[in-house]
Amino acid sequence: MEALTALIVGVLVAASVYLMLARNFLRFLFGLILLSNAANLVIFASGRMTAGAPALVPEGAYTPEGVVGNALPQALVLTAIVIGFGLLAFTLALAFEAYRRLRTMDSDEMRLAEPEEDPATGAEAGK
Amino acid sequence: MSWLLALPIAIPFLTAVAAYLWRSGPTGRWISLAGSLASLAASAALMAAVLREGVVAAQMGGWPAPFGITLVADFLSAVMVVITAITGLATAIYALGEIGPRLERLGYHALFQILIAGVTGAFLTGDLFNLYVWFEVMLIASFGLLVLGGSKEQLDAGIKYVALNLVSTLVFLSGIGLLYGLTGTLNMADLRGAVAEVEDQALVTVIAMMFMVGFGVKAAVFPLFFWLPASYHTPSFAVSAVFAGLLTKVGVYALMRMFTLVFVGDVGFTHEILIWVSALTMLTGVLGAAAQTDFRKILSFHIISQIGYMTLGLALYTPLALMGGVFYLVHHIIVKANLFFVSGVADRLAGGTDLNRIGGLYKSSPLLAALFVVPAFSLAGFPPLSGFWAKYLIVKASIELEAWLIAFVALFVGLLTIFSMTKIWGMAFWKPHPEGIEPTPDRAPASVRIPMMIPIAGLAAMTVVIGLFPEPFVQFAETAAAQLLDPTRYVEAVLGTRGEAAP
Repeated sequence: MEALTALIVGVLVAASVYLMLARNFLRFLFGLILLSNAANLVIFASGRMTAGAPALVPEGAYTPEGVVGNALPQALVLTAIVIGFGLLAFTLALAFEAYRRLRTMDSDEMRLAEPEEDPATGAEAGK
Repeated sequence: MSWLLALPIAIPFLTAVAAYLWRSGPTGRWISLAGSLASLAASAALMAAVLREGVVAAQMGGWPAPFGITLVADFLSAVMVVITAITGLATAIYALGEIGPRLERLGYHALFQILIAGVTGAFLTGDLFNLYVWFEVMLIASFGLLVLGGSKEQLDAGIKYVALNLVSTLVFLSGIGLLYGLTGTLNMADLRGAVAEVEDQALVTVIAMMFMVGFGVKAAVFPLFFWLPASYHTPSFAVSAVFAGLLTKVGVYALMRMFTLVFVGDVGFTHEILIWVSALTMLTGVLGAAAQTDFRKILSFHIISQIGYMTLGLALYTPLALMGGVFYLVHHIIVKANLFFVSGVADRLAGGTDLNRIGGLYKSSPLLAALFVVPAFSLAGFPPLSGFWAKYLIVKASIELEAWLIAFVALFVGLLTIFSMTKIWGMAFWKPHPEGIEPTPDRAPASVRIPMMIPIAGLAAMTVVIGLFPEPFVQFAETAAAQLLDPTRYVEAVLGTRGEAAP
């Protein structure tokens, strides 16, 4: 089971790196989403995949009975998913607003904050 | 004891809520100011406790370590919390003059306080996953502040800042997952023992490199710094000052914490990499600054070059070097925030930050010129200012190790820093204004000018005081470095309180 998860993580990371190498920012963002999921899977797998029962403590007892799954990585993954969702939603909104105002998704053309120097005159382009 | 550690985090959050509710009028800014004052008081109380007891720890929610979340403050954490509160207060005062009603209605003060809470949380937490959460709190607030106002430059800068920081966060998160899989704990004090017991130390080193990359992006070290000069010159001046002062330092702090407490198994490999990374960071930062002609862009590149000195203090890994690194960290936050504050006033008075288009500031406001000289020369390392002692400690540490090349690079970078600072001095203050406009103080009304000048004067005074009376500060840094190199006391404070923590 862990080997399969490791393979999935590898495929996700490879796909995300491929997407992030693109100039189009939207592709980069999709790559980021895949990478975020790969990271979540890594945490999930690090808790060891056991075919145990859910980590629930029966009423009146102090410890769960029998073999139970490790609940901590699941809690961590849940936190990471929520945070990642918030951040990626913000990034998508930012990308949309940037497209609306700058009229481009090509990161090579996003040079407003760092204008390219004109080698002939040394003056900054666009002024 | 637990309220003492929780208050510096809780106060900014409560202030943020109140400031958001009253954001439509001028009340919000006074709430923010009052909250910053309260944070400073709370962090001073924490500092007093740390000075008394060495290391203070508390288990949140009554769960004993290593199962619950621990807040812990040693000398380094405490001084970082205090300096964060000081920077926060200075920025809150500065914002009274600079931040207009439009940004206030968009929630500037609330975002700013959340940023401070995130930074403070990152300094105080003793739990690795909790550190990730504080990084995210800090990050989302900084995203908001960076694009607040929504000019085209800000959106353009925001895309790059957000993209690269998110990648670094994911690397850091994967590192946490793998480290947990290897050791089964996330408590940093507990990890120290657990990591040493791992059979395959090569795996630990691989994970250490993931942490180095993740924190390295935050700290803007070579070759991971590209987001910083792309973004720091675009938001409002108060925002870029607090970013410049605090955000990259959280990355440096996290590096210092993890690579003295947890990843010390293969110092010859990991810290050797850090040495060369530091040297290249110093050089690229200062050379990048030499090519710029914008006030804030020059300062942004200088953040990078100065980060190199701090990581060098960690990388050399001797008591003296770490002591210099801690001293540098504190000195740099004060000085760099102050220089960005000065650039904001220069923008108001002379009508821009492009050095080719402004000038004549010395004639029209000699006070500002005098207050620029203090942090600028402190940054370059002139005695008797704070930067001199910081550089002195680092260079002395590298000479003691007979790392001649590193010592040479550190001194050479100091020389080039003087070049950049004199460039700003010559072009913004000394030469006449190119368009013949006299930048008179009247261009900024007193209600704007005075709140903007108070923090500049205050931080400059701190620089001078640290420079003239370095003894207590150096001794403090010495203890902090000793605690970092021998974290027995830290581990005891976190793990030794088992049982007592139960309510």
